[in-house]
Amino acid sequence: MIEAILSAVETTQSVRKTALNAVHRKLGAKMVEFNGWDMPVEYPASIGCGIIAEHMAVRTGVGIFDVSHMGDIRLAGSGALAAVQHISMNDASRLAIGQAQYSALLYPQGTFVDDVIVHRLGEDEYLLVINAGTREKDFAWVRDTTREFDCAVENLSDDYTQIAIQGSKGVHLLQKLTDADLSAVKFYWVTRGAVCGLKDVLIARTGYTGEDGFEIYVPSDEETSTRVWNEVLEAGREFGAVPCGLGARNTLRLEAKLPLYGHEISDTINVWEAGLDRFCKMEKPEFVGREALDRAKREGLKRTLVGLEMVERGIARDGYKVLDGSGTEIGYVTSGSPAPFLKKNIALAYVPPEFAVVGSGINIEIRGQAVKTEVVPTPFYKKPKKN
Amino acid sequence: MSYPTDFKYTKEHEWIKPDGGNATIGITHYAQESLGDIVFVDLPKPGAELTAGKTFGSVESVKAVSDLYAPASGTVTEVNGDLTTAPEKINQDAHGAWMLKMKLKNPGELNALLSSADYEKFVAEQGGH
Repeated sequence: MIEAILSAVETTQSVRKTALNAVHRKLGAKMVEFNGWDMPVEYPASIGCGIIAEHMAVRTGVGIFDVSHMGDIRLAGSGALAAVQHISMNDASRLAIGQAQYSALLYPQGTFVDDVIVHRLGEDEYLLVINAGTREKDFAWVRDTTREFDCAVENLSDDYTQIAIQGSKGVHLLQKLTDADLSAVKFYWVTRGAVCGLKDVLIARTGYTGEDGFEIYVPSDEETSTRVWNEVLEAGREFGAVPCGLGARNTLRLEAKLPLYGHEISDTINVWEAGLDRFCKMEKPEFVGREALDRAKREGLKRTLVGLEMVERGIARDGYKVLDGSGTEIGYVTSGSPAPFLKKNIALAYVPPEFAVVGSGINIEIRGQAVKTEVVPTPFYKKPKKN
Repeated sequence: MSYPTDFKYTKEHEWIKPDGGNATIGITHYAQESLGDIVFVDLPKPGAELTAGKTFGSVESVKAVSDLYAPASGTVTEVNGDLTTAPEKINQDAHGAWMLKMKLKNPGELNALLSSADYEKFVAEQGGH
């Protein structure tokens, strides 16, 4: 009955490992292949983990993730801003040094190469943080699309072990390990400081969980990576920190409606359909994909992403069909799961706009049965405002 | 984890406890550990006919859906309703949290299933836990 889970990969040469692979295995993590990487999906119940416990730790305290499979591309030189403006849909000219923004790289047809976080590290220096599954594609695309600009494009993906410290207590945890004043770093800003005795570590107040949190970028050698991971976990002990795997990362991002490449966004889905309008600055005179988006806007939406909550018993899963009242297929689920913090079964789905009315009912086909859901406002979860 | 010696086991990780012409079935400790947090079970109603080796329902963890395969043929006589509201009981005690009881069509079918010792060996070969 459990083949689905036990696609747990025997480590082969084609599967890549982060510098923390041995640490995860030693902790007893359940490992799976994710986009060509051998990654922890969850840690064992015997150390207080499991997807639900890990999810709750992040929502109520702090959790630690190895996200070294994420990639990093650096653009530097006098033409770096112009290059970033050309290849990304958000407006990087608004970034102060030390500021970051959510953005996306688009194809000329207005669909997604990838979504990215653009960090402005210096006067003419930008760092794009990209997805694991699209690392090579993204780098080749960025390199080829920025040739006319006076800037160097470097793939730094293998240089960093990226550790995410996520949850409202993350700031207190990390402050124990760094000389940087974290209270001065706002959400979606970056700084540099000593962390665990390492100089000049990039510290970003970013994440993929819908919570406050940090991501730190340390050298990717196994010894340093292991030492920092262990020191972070140890420092987190008083805050109830637990190691978290990709399972909790997925449920956390889904509650917060953060898109996942290959699910809510892809090379066949455009920006308007994905509902990422506010990160797409059409007032910018030019960027790859702009013309197609302009046209798509005039033509109107054919489908749109909606949030669904199960009304009847059942869990919508990725790829399940969405049906109208008469049983006609009208769309599909991009991501569906139990939401551990909300204690509901939720999903994101693409449907024609006329069905995207909050409060209306549509059905999901689960094992041949039409199961009732309700269209609900998104994000499903919003972090509480600070006092 | 010890696997009760009076149960028989399938390679799909179900257990069956025979009692004369009747039996109780569930999933193994190894199965629950592999699945992780169990959040949903979909079971047939009393009166449903099960065929050995065929799916009779499903169990879902946060992450995935898995089919359940009947260890033996027969008729469902009772379903554990507790699991509808508290599926996590399977994680807590997989060998106690039974899914359904059935009347066996052919008790001889059970001879083809694994003993606890064979199952333990099988699980060890699956790569630990």
